[in-house]
Amino acid sequence: MKVSLTVNGETREIDAEPRLTLLDALRDHLRLTGCHTGCEHGVCGACTVLIDGAPARACLLFAVQADGLEITTIEGLAPAPGELSLVQDAFCETHAMQCGYCTPGMVLTAHALLRDNPAPTRDAIVDAISGNICRCTGYGQIVEAIELAARRLAGSNAPAKGDAA
Amino acid sequence: MKAAPFEYSRPSSVAEACELLTRDEDARIIAGGQTLVPMMAMRLARPTRLVDIARIPELAFIRDDSDAIVVGGATRQAALERHASLAARLPLLARALPWVGHAATRNRGTVGGSIANADPAAEIPLVLVTLDGSIRARSTRDDKVIAADDLFEGPMATALALDACLTEVRFPTWSHARMGSAFQEISARHGDFAYVSAAAQVALDGDGKCVACAIGVGGATAAPTRLKAASAALLGGRLDDAATREAIAAEIAALDIMIDPHASPAYRRRVAVTLAHRVVIAAHDEALSRTPA
Repeated sequence: MKVSLTVNGETREIDAEPRLTLLDALRDHLRLTGCHTGCEHGVCGACTVLIDGAPARACLLFAVQADGLEITTIEGLAPAPGELSLVQDAFCETHAMQCGYCTPGMVLTAHALLRDNPAPTRDAIVDAISGNICRCTGYGQIVEAIELAARRLAGSNAPAKGDAA
Repeated sequence: MKAAPFEYSRPSSVAEACELLTRDEDARIIAGGQTLVPMMAMRLARPTRLVDIARIPELAFIRDDSDAIVVGGATRQAALERHASLAARLPLLARALPWVGHAATRNRGTVGGSIANADPAAEIPLVLVTLDGSIRARSTRDDKVIAADDLFEGPMATALALDACLTEVRFPTWSHARMGSAFQEISARHGDFAYVSAAAQVALDGDGKCVACAIGVGGATAAPTRLKAASAALLGGRLDDAATREAIAAEIAALDIMIDPHASPAYRRRVAVTLAHRVVIAAHDEALSRTPA
C-alpha cells in the first residue's frame, strides 16, 4: 500500500507492505541508514527517531502507522551538509562514541531532552538515555557530551529551541 | 525478525473499528504497538488484520471529572504523564508512570493498550486495580463498564471480548486533605519488567487516623492484586509499623505467587510483603506531612 513519509522535512511516497517497519522503510526504501538496526524488538534504542518531535523506536512502528507524521532521523539534525549540530559536535569533542552504533539514537534522544529541558540535571540526562543501550563507549562520556551541549546551548545567542532542533 | 503478513486498516471512529473487529476474529487492535509489534516481530502474535485506533479523535482525551480522571483508551502514556492536574489528583498514578518502560516507549504507548495487554508486571493496571477503577469497552453488541476487579484474569488475559474496543479508563480520585501515596518496584534494571511492584494510597483524618487505604501488588501474582483484607484491617488505625507489616504479610501469605526463571515464588512473596509495607509507610508519612482541612 502507498505510504507517505515526511522525513527531515521532505515528503516521499513509498509502496510498502503493512508489515514493513518504519526502521526498514527508512533504511531500505529511503536509504537513511543512520537509523540503526539493533534488536528489532524495542529494547536497544539504536533505531530511535523523533516522531512529531518525540523520541520513539522505529522498529516498534509499522511504516503505515507513521503515514503523514513528522519524522526526524540523524540525517536531519545538521544545519548544512558537512556541518554538525551542537549536540553532535559535543559528542565528538568529549569522545562520546567508540563504535558509533548507538550514537544516532543517543544524539536524537539528547536533542529531544535539551529542547524540553535546556538545563537538565545529571539524573535527568541518565534517565533520558536509559532506553538507549551502549556496549562499548560507556555512558560516562555520553553524559558529559550532553552536559557540554547543554552548557553551550545556555551560552549561545540563538534561541534555545532553534539551536536544539 | 519480521512480522508475518497482515492487512491494515485505520478506521476514523470507534464504530468503524468495532465493525472491522466483528468481521474477522483474528483481527487485533493496535494503538501504540509497543508490546504488540515486538510480539509480532517474534511471531508470538500473528493477527490477520491490524485495526489502528491511534488516530481516532474520540479515543484521545483526558477529562477531569469531580471524582475521577477519565482517560481515552488511545491516549498516550506521555500525554497523561504531562497532564496538569495529575500530580495533585492522582499522585499514585503520577508516581507509577515514570516506571512504565522508557520515555521513548511512553511517547507511543497508550494507557488503554497497557491495560488491555494485561502484563502481570505492568504499572498502569496495578494502579487501576489499587484505586478500584474501571474501564469502558464497546463492541457492535454492547457498550459496558468493567470494574478493574473483574477485568484482569491472568497474564495477558482480560474479560475484554476479542471484538471489543477499550474506549475509556476511569481512575477514581480522592478528595481528602491529608492524602499520601507511594509506588515502588524491583526489576533487574530500571525500565525492565518488574519482579514485584507495590502501590499504596492512604488518607488520614485530622487526628492521624487512617480513613482510607488502598494497597496493591503487581508482578508477584498472575494479575495485579488489591490487598483488600489488609486495607480493611488498617482502617481506623494509625498505621504503625508492626501492625501494617502484619496485616500485609497475612494477606500475601494466602496469595498464589507466580514462578518464572527470574524469581522464585518464595522471593516474590517476601519482596511483595516488604515493598507493600514500605509503600504504605511512605504514603502514611506523606499524608501526615499534609495539613488537615
